[in-house]
Amino acid sequence: MKLLFERSRKGRQCCILPPCDVETAAFDESLLRKAPLHLPEISEVDLGRHYTELAKQTHGVNDGFYPLGSCTMKYNPRIDEEAAALPGFTGIHPLQEPESVQGAMEVLYETEQLLKEITGMDAMTFQPAAGAHGEYTGLLLIRSYHLHNGNKERNKIIVPDSAHGTNPASASMAGFEVISVKSDENGGVDLDALRAAVGPDTAGLMLTNPNTVGLFDPNILKITEIVHQAGGLCYYDGANLNAVMGHVRPGDLGFDCVHLNLHKTFAAPHGGGGPGSGPVGCKEFLTQFMPAPLVKKEEDHFEFFVPENSMGRVKSFYGNFLVVVKALTYIRTLGKEGIPEASAGAVLNANYLMKKLSGVYDMAFDTLCMHEFVMTLQRQAHEKGVTAMDVAKRLLDFGIHPPTMYFPLIVHEALMVEPTETESPETLDEAAGIFLKIMEEADTDPESLHQAPHSCPIGRPDEVTAARKPVLRYQF
Amino acid sequence: MGSYIPSTGEERQEMLKTIGLSSMDQLYDVVPEEVRLHSLDIPEGMSEMEVSRHMEELAGKNHVFRSVFRGAGAYRHYIPAIVKSVTGKEEFLTAYTPYQAEISQGVLQSIFEYQTQMCELTGMDVSNASVYDGASAAAEAVLMCQERKRSRVIISGTANPQVIETVKTYCGSRNVPVTVIPAREYSTDPGELKNALTEDTAAVYIQSPNYYGVIEDMESLIPVIHESGAKAVMGVNPISLGLLKTPGELGADIAVGEGQPLGMPVAFGGPYLGFMTCRQAMMRRLPGRIVGETTDKEGRRCFVLTLQAREQHIRREKASSNICSNEALCAMTASVYLAAMGPQGLYRAAESCAAHARYLAAELGKLGFHILSGERPFFHEFLTDCPVDSGKLLAALAKQDILGGLPVDGGILWCCTECNSKADIDRLVSIVKEVCGK
Repeated sequence: MKLLFERSRKGRQCCILPPCDVETAAFDESLLRKAPLHLPEISEVDLGRHYTELAKQTHGVNDGFYPLGSCTMKYNPRIDEEAAALPGFTGIHPLQEPESVQGAMEVLYETEQLLKEITGMDAMTFQPAAGAHGEYTGLLLIRSYHLHNGNKERNKIIVPDSAHGTNPASASMAGFEVISVKSDENGGVDLDALRAAVGPDTAGLMLTNPNTVGLFDPNILKITEIVHQAGGLCYYDGANLNAVMGHVRPGDLGFDCVHLNLHKTFAAPHGGGGPGSGPVGCKEFLTQFMPAPLVKKEEDHFEFFVPENSMGRVKSFYGNFLVVVKALTYIRTLGKEGIPEASAGAVLNANYLMKKLSGVYDMAFDTLCMHEFVMTLQRQAHEKGVTAMDVAKRLLDFGIHPPTMYFPLIVHEALMVEPTETESPETLDEAAGIFLKIMEEADTDPESLHQAPHSCPIGRPDEVTAARKPVLRYQF
Repeated sequence: MGSYIPSTGEERQEMLKTIGLSSMDQLYDVVPEEVRLHSLDIPEGMSEMEVSRHMEELAGKNHVFRSVFRGAGAYRHYIPAIVKSVTGKEEFLTAYTPYQAEISQGVLQSIFEYQTQMCELTGMDVSNASVYDGASAAAEAVLMCQERKRSRVIISGTANPQVIETVKTYCGSRNVPVTVIPAREYSTDPGELKNALTEDTAAVYIQSPNYYGVIEDMESLIPVIHESGAKAVMGVNPISLGLLKTPGELGADIAVGEGQPLGMPVAFGGPYLGFMTCRQAMMRRLPGRIVGETTDKEGRRCFVLTLQAREQHIRREKASSNICSNEALCAMTASVYLAAMGPQGLYRAAESCAAHARYLAAELGKLGFHILSGERPFFHEFLTDCPVDSGKLLAALAKQDILGGLPVDGGILWCCTECNSKADIDRLVSIVKEVCGK
């Protein structure tokens, strides 16, 4: 397909701006751009068609089943988009006087109240723009706390070996040394390994619960106790909150701070990789360190304030505000009954699909799962040469977005499946049928799996050459 | 209450039976009873119509000014209609990060186009697929320059204060020392810069046009930075580059900025777009997603996420950054904006910003407002003193549906874009005149 630049014809343009109605500025020649500016010169109709064609080569949740583990690809309600497009939200400048943006401040305040109750935390900041940004911010809370108490030596963060890559990367950015602890045979935190890892240098533990193999750690209260007894704090990675919201709260499990992914759990769309929103909540004793500003309610109006020992800023202004608007619309729609029903629905759908695939696909952990489950293709890879990659690529031919592949790292040939609550039983039955059919093909026609996909606009790309000889822009 | 679960109660019972359970509650048997939550203390759910009303009410409590003369990091520009129509397409909106290239060519190609446009705009070799915003882009950029014997970061005090704060946070957590050099007459002083540069300086961040609107003398400043062996990171306003010399032409090593002016509404501060471009030599230090061109087995051109060895999902604690989700749809917004404007349109936007700012400055000058940066060239913002009480002045403007400049350092920081027509400016000036009693 042609690039924008290949559609460009000299002299073509869209008609957007009027001629300038005042005298133009006379800049000194030395300040002016001499370099040519190769932007596309294109008519509006061609521009429109270009993106329509690109859209046809993009699979979103609205195009079909998207069981991408760990990413919670649930339906993104249209009303949430409509709310975020209201001119009263899009047209306000972030530096307007607070009197003129009381509605926006109320959005932040109201969402904070709801998420505090859902997580069991005492305060929330919306400044972080994504999950990893939230992790970083949460870890800075932990860092600030230990430094404030004069415990400079607490510089190690414990992360299970099943964790998302962002966890260790965030810990490192926050200035910590990362200690990896192994998982036990059930995929949970190995308590003995944890006991051996904690000590006077422990700053804290980062944990996703349910974890990345889709299991709720039954030892969770013991885990947070071990860390607390060693003087560390517990950080809850909210990546998998969609399994448990409304049923159990991180704050009640012993966690001191959390981040949430509004673009996963609270139905805001992912936009092909962002923008997200990664609000961070914490217990009372950490609120003094939160990023500034926060919003408070004084009688009937809202004000900004700076926490006493604030860590400063992690981003401009107040975060990805419009994403917060979407999440608020979603939470108010579901409400006190709908939130726990959504998570239970996600768990039900995951278990249902897992049951349908069991026997043909090997489950990494053969037990009731939470909102996602992990399969291993190790046996098939060994016996038939059919890998997780092959199955994933074959799914593309049937209009299904593949599960997350080769993650978590503790499971070989992993496929991590997260159907979410917004899929109907028919969709799950149909998907199960396709997964099973693919495994039949593994016996009858394995070559066809290695060559898959067959019906996509392109076949498997040559990623090795892409990385060895990087071509990262169009050359004019 | 509202719900987006398709299955009926009966269907759910059937599904439970299939997995060998009899109630939904049993799905949570693994959760210790003492921490099970039996009732969530939030309001009951609402129908779509009710929630729509609630959100409209909240939006209605905000005031959208008819005309805006305030920038300071967020700028109201005209957004072409096609920008919203393209980025509203549900395929783009509801897709995840394009891990599966075969069904994500649309998103991948759009990022490749965005990267190309950002390289062109800034005059640099390589661009990433975006980071969160201009402030985090500046922070990531100075951290890219860290070397074994060089860690110190110098920031000019003329940068946007929120960018300075963000850089300080990011550097602080990595124990990277930060020096902020004081502004002199609202611009960066080469003497102060020279004094601040040390043998252990890794990077210097200078914003131009700076927070006060002044176009910095980068042609003098960058050689000073390079003589010391440090890297020059330049913060830019992307619209200004339709007119002004690029970071590439000026010799910067990395260019970053807030991409919001490229088609994104001011929206109370976000979502915005952090863009980052750099020289070829620094390519493998760039944080975040990068899209590259390659071919499939039949030799067809296609695009993939590449150079992933830098990233958190491969390198974990050794990654160049922790970034995972970025601002992809905002990057697409910028890309559609730049294509719709074209080289002529972007030039016209930049020219119009600068021209309107000059016209306003001249009119205010007649009423006794002095530009505090003197004769230094400025782009579309400028700081003036205020001969009357600035609170009173801004209140009078607000009454007439005008958001005046931002009170800064006892003066007012004004901003004009192509949206502030001559008629709008004349209206503002007549109100100012009244308040000044002239």
